Amino acid sequence: MRTYRIGIDVGGTHTDAVLLDRDNKVISETKSSTTEDVATGIYTAMHEIITKANISREDIRYAMLGTTHCTNAIVERKGLNKVAAVRIGAPATLAVKPLVGVPDDLREALGKHVYLVRGGHEFDGREIVDLDEKHLYKIAEEIKGEVDSIAITSVFSPVSSDHEERAKEIFQEVLGKDIAISLSAEIGSVGLLERENATILNASVIRVAKTAADGFINALKNEKIDAKVFFGQNDGTLMSVDYAVRYPIFTVACGPTNSLRGASYLGDLSDAIVVDVGGTTSDVGVLINSFPRESSLEVEIGGARTNFRMPDLVSIGLGGGTIIRVKETGEFTIGPDSVGYRLPEKALIFGGDTLTTTDVAVALGKVELGDASKVAHLDKVLLNKIYEKMVELVEEAVDKMKTTAEPIPVILVGGGSILLPKELKGASEVILPEHSGVANAIGSAISQVSGQVERIYLLDEVGRENALESAKSEAKSEAVHAGADPESLVIVDVEDVPLAYLPGNATRVRVKAAGELKRNVK
Amino acid sequence: MRKIGKQEIEDIAVGAALLGTGGGGDPYIGKLMALQAIEENGPVTLLDIDEVPEEALVVPSSMMGAPTVMLEKVPSGEEAIEVFSKLEEFLGEEIYATFPIEAGGVNSMLPFALAARRGLPVIDADGMGRAFPELQMVTFYLDGISATPAVIGDEKGNTALLSTIDNVWTERIARASAIQMGGSVMNAMYSMTGKNLKESGIAGILKLEEEIGKTIRLAKDNNVNAIQEVLKTVGGFELFHGKVTDINRKTETGFARGTASFEGIGDYKNETLQLRFQNEHLLAQTDKRLLCVTPDLIAVLDAETGLPITTEGIRYGSRCIVIGIPCHEKWRTEKGIETVGPKYFGYDVDYTPVEELVRKGETE
Repeated sequence: MRTYRIGIDVGGTHTDAVLLDRDNKVISETKSSTTEDVATGIYTAMHEIITKANISREDIRYAMLGTTHCTNAIVERKGLNKVAAVRIGAPATLAVKPLVGVPDDLREALGKHVYLVRGGHEFDGREIVDLDEKHLYKIAEEIKGEVDSIAITSVFSPVSSDHEERAKEIFQEVLGKDIAISLSAEIGSVGLLERENATILNASVIRVAKTAADGFINALKNEKIDAKVFFGQNDGTLMSVDYAVRYPIFTVACGPTNSLRGASYLGDLSDAIVVDVGGTTSDVGVLINSFPRESSLEVEIGGARTNFRMPDLVSIGLGGGTIIRVKETGEFTIGPDSVGYRLPEKALIFGGDTLTTTDVAVALGKVELGDASKVAHLDKVLLNKIYEKMVELVEEAVDKMKTTAEPIPVILVGGGSILLPKELKGASEVILPEHSGVANAIGSAISQVSGQVERIYLLDEVGRENALESAKSEAKSEAVHAGADPESLVIVDVEDVPLAYLPGNATRVRVKAAGELKRNVK
Repeated sequence: MRKIGKQEIEDIAVGAALLGTGGGGDPYIGKLMALQAIEENGPVTLLDIDEVPEEALVVPSSMMGAPTVMLEKVPSGEEAIEVFSKLEEFLGEEIYATFPIEAGGVNSMLPFALAARRGLPVIDADGMGRAFPELQMVTFYLDGISATPAVIGDEKGNTALLSTIDNVWTERIARASAIQMGGSVMNAMYSMTGKNLKESGIAGILKLEEEIGKTIRLAKDNNVNAIQEVLKTVGGFELFHGKVTDINRKTETGFARGTASFEGIGDYKNETLQLRFQNEHLLAQTDKRLLCVTPDLIAVLDAETGLPITTEGIRYGSRCIVIGIPCHEKWRTEKGIETVGPKYFGYDVDYTPVEELVRKGETE
């Protein structure tokens, strides 16, 4: 039986889509403009690849969507749910109340129902004080009909989530099972404010995620496709619609991750540097074991600090549409502004009036595109200098991302990747794979399913081996629960970090397992 | 006397991170505590050291324990007030003002959070003029001022009064109690008189921190080089401009120890800098010579923004400018160097002031 899958990735400028066969071979691909409502762009792109492919529609079994719906909603503060933010931890934590560090407009949008409740745990699992259940019942009555969702964050819930679970029971008892509840222990790691922000943001985009999911499923139905739908998440793995609607915050950085994963697949490399050249910027990331290297720094979403694991990227202001300005003295500047999606009308080679990086590459014969005669009159010596500088910018960014001075392979992807040369300083080889323009959509389509666990263990009590084993099996069962084929599961990441100044050898252990999507999950 | 509001706090936090020379922990939580306290209670009064009466009782506000715990179990704000009250009760005297024990990280911010809530003034002085990792590494210790009687306390309302025979015992008992209290506690330690502080403290530290923060913030708007301006402000020296090529760290006996290597850029091409650290940056040397060593300050700054980089933040490929700043002269005494000099941290070099090292380098 033939089975196909659709992969879609929504970026700032383009919505890319691919149709892959069972062996992940590209059957059809497209790049269409991202629309303001996001959804229309998705439907257009989807329609195009299906029409182009000429296959029978019932053979399309899976549809993977990497989308910016939730990111946009947070950044623009639009369509957000009314959230009750409940923190369990008083009398501790009162010195920094919820949402204190986030921008005023976001605080305004999400900070209307903030509650501080007595409870929470110590680092070793003892209770700080008993959970104040009476207070929780009172809050439940107060927010009845006032909010759409509840975000619950308890101190040291990554060590013990008892108080969060109990609070959830109480809210469900009073408000019914349908109220959306986000628990911080399921969302973030140690670091109260960052985890709390992430949980509140998660609760705020549940409706947006639901709308996006329903819309996508309906669009598939309209195309007469009965496929199982998955959402791409930040770590490059998939989640089911059910899961995505409960944890929409995990979709906010799937774009860069998809392009890195797609590059890994297309370049057939598990360890490499990836340069994704878009219209306005280039993102440089690192692949380790086919997954993006994650940033160790706090990541801000819509101005709120979170402790998500995001791909570690450097962005430089160099893309296919980047504007070059030459002064009379012969000095020049590259960007940082770009003609962006208007390249086909603005660039010299397309009859426009703006000198762009693409024009430079065409004039020097690096790329064949547009009308080269329109740039033939330009000073080649100067152009060579500009091109050298462009390459240098990329080389510098590549060098920044390396962890050692050893040369390593570099994979080029994205629409603007054709501008770059076949050799780069610091690269053992430069790979420009086929279909590199839609690497992100391919990354979305080929994603695996994962499970992750992060816990603090007292190694003096349980022993390191036991702690790691227990974390690994928990991560694996999470992955299977999310739809992974148990046969194909591998542990892709293990990290244990001793916590300074604590007794009992307290150690934070993080394990991620990933596997192929279980087939025939119908 | 003047008022410290939210913008001043932002600037002081940046300056404190720079003088913290890579250590002192993340000031983020401390800054938020100070900002919330000022938002709720209004600006804090800052006193020059001359404005403090000789006999006034003054106590620094600080924390002890695992920084990771504090990032999860954020303080209530009450514990800092409670330990001050308990110490007052024991001493039978009212506390006149508070001040930071060190420059850098969370401890540079805690006095402001407490001061705003309790209506105390903050004095512009500290006990290090930089950051150091151990309890006795304060200029007060050099003059024989005891850390006790001291009170530590948690958010639950527990406090412990420590009256110990020396500072080693203070450290030992306080650590054990801190763990029972949940891993991170607030301190009222090193209580002293205004006269003590004038004699043994380092005056003007907060003003300097604020100026550093302001210089970096405004450099971009004024189109000037942030780092050159900072060097003027602190009377420091540019030691090196380079790119991180190697970073080797391990956690030993509670310290983040390690070495970072920098490959020279521009004027420093073909030179390599070795930076050794233990929580703080402690020693900088090239293949040829020593550039700067503890107790003088070594700060690593982002070459573009001028913002200070912590030891945890140093990563391969970062472009940095390393600067050296003369420490306060109290550290340049025999006892000072014995307490915090290169030998104490296990580096086999003799202490030479950074300005002499720089002069020697120029004449070579």
